[in-house]
Amino acid sequence: MIQGSNMAECHPVGFQWVMEAKARGATVIHVDPRFTRTSAVADLHVPIRAGADIAFLGGIINYALSNEKYFRDYVVAYTNAATILTEDYADTEDLGGVFSGFDREHRLYDMESWRYQGGAVRPAVGERSPAETRAPLTAAEMRKVRRSGRGEAHGSGGAAAHPDPDTDETLTHPRCVFQVLKRHFARYTPEQVAEVTGVPAETFRQVCEQVTANSGRDRTTAFVYSVGWTQHTVGVQYIRTAAILQALLGNMGRPGGGIMALRGHASIQGSTDIPTLFDILPGYLPMPHAHGNEDLETYIAAETVAKGFWANTREYMVSLLKSYWGDAATAENDFCYDYLPRLTGSHSTYETVLAQVAGECKGYFLFGQNPAVGSANAKLQRLGMANLDWLVVRDFTLIESATFWQDGPEIETGELRTADIGTEVFFLPAAAHTEKDGSFTNTQRMLQWHHTAVEPSGDARSDLWFAYHLGRRIRAKLAGSGDETDRPILDLTWDYPVAGPLAEPAADAVLAEINGWDSDGKPLSSYTQLAADGSTACGCWIYCGARADGVNQPARRKPGREQNWVANEWGWAWPANRRILYNRASADPDGKPWSERKALVWWDADKKRWTGHDNPDFIADREPSYRPGKDATGVAAISGADPFIMQADGKAWLFAPAGLADGPLPVHYEPQESPFPNLLYDQQHNPVREILASPRNRYQPSGGQRGSAVFPYVATTYRLTEHHTAGGMSRFLPYLAELQPAFFCEVSPELAAERGLEHAGWATIVTARNAIEARVLVTERMRPVRVAGQVLHQVGLPYHWGPNGLTAGDAANELAHLSLDPNVHIQEVKALACDIRPGRRPRGPALLDLVRSYQRRAGITAKTGTEA
Amino acid sequence: MGVRTWIEGWPVYRQFSGDDGLGRGAAAKSRVTAGLAPRTRTADKVVKSVCPYCAVGCGQNVYVSGGEVTQIEGDPDSPVSRGRLCPKGSASLQLTTGPQRRHRVLYRRPHGTGWEPLDLDTAMDMIADRVIAARRQGWQDEVDGALTRRTMGIASLGGATLDNEENYLIKKLFTALGAIQIENQARI
Amino acid sequence: MAHAASGPGPAFATGPADAAGGLDPAASSGYADHPPRMGFFTDTSVCIGCKACEVACKEWNAVPADGLDLTGMSYDNTGALGASTWRHVAFIEQPAPAVPDSVLPDPGGPIAGGDGVRWLMSSDVCKHCTEAACLDVCPTGALLRTEFGTVVVQDDVCNGCGYCVSACPFGVIGRRESDGGAHKCTLCYDRLGDGLTPACAKACPTESIQFGPLDELRERAAGRVTELHEAGVSDARLYGADPADGIGGAGAFFLLLDEPEVYGLPPDPVVTTRDLPRIWRHAATAAASLAVAAILSGAWRRP
Repeated sequence: MIQGSNMAECHPVGFQWVMEAKARGATVIHVDPRFTRTSAVADLHVPIRAGADIAFLGGIINYALSNEKYFRDYVVAYTNAATILTEDYADTEDLGGVFSGFDREHRLYDMESWRYQGGAVRPAVGERSPAETRAPLTAAEMRKVRRSGRGEAHGSGGAAAHPDPDTDETLTHPRCVFQVLKRHFARYTPEQVAEVTGVPAETFRQVCEQVTANSGRDRTTAFVYSVGWTQHTVGVQYIRTAAILQALLGNMGRPGGGIMALRGHASIQGSTDIPTLFDILPGYLPMPHAHGNEDLETYIAAETVAKGFWANTREYMVSLLKSYWGDAATAENDFCYDYLPRLTGSHSTYETVLAQVAGECKGYFLFGQNPAVGSANAKLQRLGMANLDWLVVRDFTLIESATFWQDGPEIETGELRTADIGTEVFFLPAAAHTEKDGSFTNTQRMLQWHHTAVEPSGDARSDLWFAYHLGRRIRAKLAGSGDETDRPILDLTWDYPVAGPLAEPAADAVLAEINGWDSDGKPLSSYTQLAADGSTACGCWIYCGARADGVNQPARRKPGREQNWVANEWGWAWPANRRILYNRASADPDGKPWSERKALVWWDADKKRWTGHDNPDFIADREPSYRPGKDATGVAAISGADPFIMQADGKAWLFAPAGLADGPLPVHYEPQESPFPNLLYDQQHNPVREILASPRNRYQPSGGQRGSAVFPYVATTYRLTEHHTAGGMSRFLPYLAELQPAFFCEVSPELAAERGLEHAGWATIVTARNAIEARVLVTERMRPVRVAGQVLHQVGLPYHWGPNGLTAGDAANELAHLSLDPNVHIQEVKALACDIRPGRRPRGPALLDLVRSYQRRAGITAKTGTEA
Repeated sequence: MGVRTWIEGWPVYRQFSGDDGLGRGAAAKSRVTAGLAPRTRTADKVVKSVCPYCAVGCGQNVYVSGGEVTQIEGDPDSPVSRGRLCPKGSASLQLTTGPQRRHRVLYRRPHGTGWEPLDLDTAMDMIADRVIAARRQGWQDEVDGALTRRTMGIASLGGATLDNEENYLIKKLFTALGAIQIENQARI
Repeated sequence: MAHAASGPGPAFATGPADAAGGLDPAASSGYADHPPRMGFFTDTSVCIGCKACEVACKEWNAVPADGLDLTGMSYDNTGALGASTWRHVAFIEQPAPAVPDSVLPDPGGPIAGGDGVRWLMSSDVCKHCTEAACLDVCPTGALLRTEFGTVVVQDDVCNGCGYCVSACPFGVIGRRESDGGAHKCTLCYDRLGDGLTPACAKACPTESIQFGPLDELRERAAGRVTELHEAGVSDARLYGADPADGIGGAGAFFLLLDEPEVYGLPPDPVVTTRDLPRIWRHAATAAASLAVAAILSGAWRRP
């Protein structure tokens, strides 16, 4: 199942494995609003309305539950289906589309009522009261913590701690998760699915049958998604829905199963693991919050879990602090915990842009990123940059974010004048991957080292060089400062060896710090060696072992043909070089593979160890029959039959008792802007989606609201094989530019007829934010879908273009708004209501007049679209 | 070149004297054609690398001759990609060696109307000064009575195309500076 | 026309045969002890239209970019093969044929729904014909049959006369304005010498472009057609694989899912120089004197 992903176009070389599977008899189904190059070679393309995937997947869940097509042995043993919830829990079925704990005034959930019954009850991750010695957080403080929505923290969201809840393995207790799930998804009938998603009931039935028939003991089904699922105001819940389905079907932790996120950049997985993200520290440790994480003890108390590997949060955190501050970090000073800055809410890139517009954020670094094209509401991005004191752009070439002051769209419209823009801009040429050592982490969590082939020329430098030398200079300038706030930077360990004429820091030495060492400076080989007493340093606990034995493991290149199909001597995957997560689930509770055909790891009773084709993602010598005592904690509390070792209860979560800002179960909500009312619930939108209202970020009316007909179509953004993201690495290359030489929109012949659009001519696409022009491709591959009895036309918009480069065009992101998923603060660019009209857009101030006229016609005010 | 060699190299001579009576094969082969060799054969070194575009992580072999990258193609050893590359990966040579690449620092002064040259050392020094100033200006020791020890004056975006080691240093440095608005494409 | 004076004219029917019963073009071109004939089998049924072949070809062969026009022909902005396009991926959007029951194995039963649209993609390339008209008409010996049975242009010999351009029944070869020479796919002749796979085939993510000894490719292709027919894809057929066709069989042949015309390929290509032997017999004397004149005037360039 490929859904929310256009794998053949966006990950063509990875797609070779899909084609190979297909050649061996696998059935490939592509669910997508557009018929793409992936659809062209799939066995079945299912055209779906953009923004309706939860309804579609929820329908499959309902099918599996009501037709007894789930993998019962797996579900009972490995999921929380049997867990009983408290009487306080109320479902969307009871409350008209919201869950218990909803605070409509503040648009936040209190998650207390979502907890398991019995056991040691603890509140949700990152949202717990501080240690008992302190006063509980006030309601206002708690709201600030919730707004941080540290969705990436703990990676799996697994830290909510109910280690020993009440259960009913017959799955019949009315408040057990299984029954709650059944009731919750009962309304996702094939008829409703058809109404909401536009997928004909017969096609939907076929998908249900294929997916369930190809799941179980002998067979597995895999899901593939990409940003087609994440870029929604309910994006995380899209993936949750797939996770529920895959857990029900027994497809997690097994070969040929799972849910694969195909990520779009060479090291975007690495930049999440070792984050340049506001809400986490390396290894998915939460960034400290000003409330609840006041000192190391309260942080540990709040973020540690009683059972599983997150019980060792203190070991991970102290080792990180030691790698940052070395000898200055001691037990007496909380290992310099106080040197860490604190959050007070969401500080994502979109809040930052508003802070730039407001004049609060004065300096901005762009490392290979082009927000003037690649970020939602591109105009707002440029207006933010135009209001800075200084901007540093590190890139290969003069991308739009480097030249907005000179030739940006706002110069043409008259909104900005070059001479009025006070931003000081530094363009620093960057080194290419061939010009530096370092590791990328690919979409399968695998680190691969790339070696320097040639030195960068001229002023081009690696970002390693830039970060190191910038830090060195800042430290030199602050040396001798008596200011206590300068201590964190002066005490920082920052002594990396440099070499060569450019004084390039040694990337391998940085990897050594990331891997960590013991008090003798010897490289660690596993995160299980990390200590809480300050005797180990480790820059990212999940990467511990990447330089085991002092060997650069990501640089391993034993040819694939000389290895088994897992090939785990090529590169190094976190954690502990395991290639399939939670693979203990590939064996039954007794440790035997569910079937020989799907064997991956198993318990070797003679050797008393887990073994198999992959490295077992489990405690190597824990017998399947091991059951922890009542008082067991941490890793000792993991049962020999609980594969999900990062989860507080060892189970796959059908129901998420914590970790999610917007509910324990997925709910179909309409996108922020939709031509349709929510047919499934009274609640139109995700009630806790993040709203960043601003005069430059107006929202449109939705569903039945007055004025929504002004934007009757739905636009969806995407990538093409021939280009890369915001275009900095493709639009400037002759060989790629010539393959897709113009920004275009894709429309159906029906929409073209309705709006008078000419093939290869021009069209203007309008939202409440902006209007852009694109060449028109009229194609049968765009099919109108029938939703709620009405025909909906969708408009396809590849988002690679901007004003610079060999092929130039308007940026699709001009149209997008800032309404974000509340868990991970990602923008909704996959389903945007819009209008489309023939011809080119107006030039100069007339462009602004056009957008204003649409706002007026739709009756848009500051309040429009901001309701819960 | 001796006369004999010259004559023997002459296509018509070869045509008459060899099996290629039509002169469209062996006899017609020019000296240049006969001497053709793939530029990868003469590379000084082949460096193992990874494609810098999407996250599949295809293996690349980077061929270097005379200090220049002369060819980049798929690494057949990679169990991920088996030597294959998509059009973007196949354009890696142009990406890394093409004329679009800038090699010099450029500077735009406040309210300036054009770029100016600036040497790298001066640029780094100016940036360090600006970081220190913006950090101070945006410093928040506490917010609403709660300790924050942070600066809201500096933000950063980017990292998804960077190496882990680069991201590690960026996060470490900016966190020590107290900057929290540190983000990358993973958010987007 | 140096070579016209020297022999009886193209020996279409008299050369040695290859294993498949077709002509062995390398043997008839003076390569007594030659490697097996190498070629491409492009299986369009697994093509994902990524155009890696186009880019990999240009990178290896330093073929210049040649235009930034949106053609409106689906995702094909390359247009056609030519001097600066040696691989060209065609995109054809068409109504879907009736979906066979067997595409989805039961339990699903026959598919209902779907889109009624099919998107064909095919990477076109020089056919490296067994009977190559470009080779026949080239007056300078710039076009060359290699020991691998492939056909290449020798840049150092080509004088840009353009005869080959009009002779090619597929419109493959073209003259490049910037250097005046004729250019086309060489099947990466330089790489073949080192046992390397041509750049396009090496890059191809889905093995739509397969490279190898032509005998093996033909055998594999026949098997693939059978497999597709058994799967209910009754339109699958080979193009250019038959040594008895009008070009003596192609060194680069294709598996297509529709009529060749749909892909912009001539349905029944015939070597344009088929009548030449007869003509040449009459013209032999004249050609001989022309050849002498050409040598004296230096119209061919020394290798």
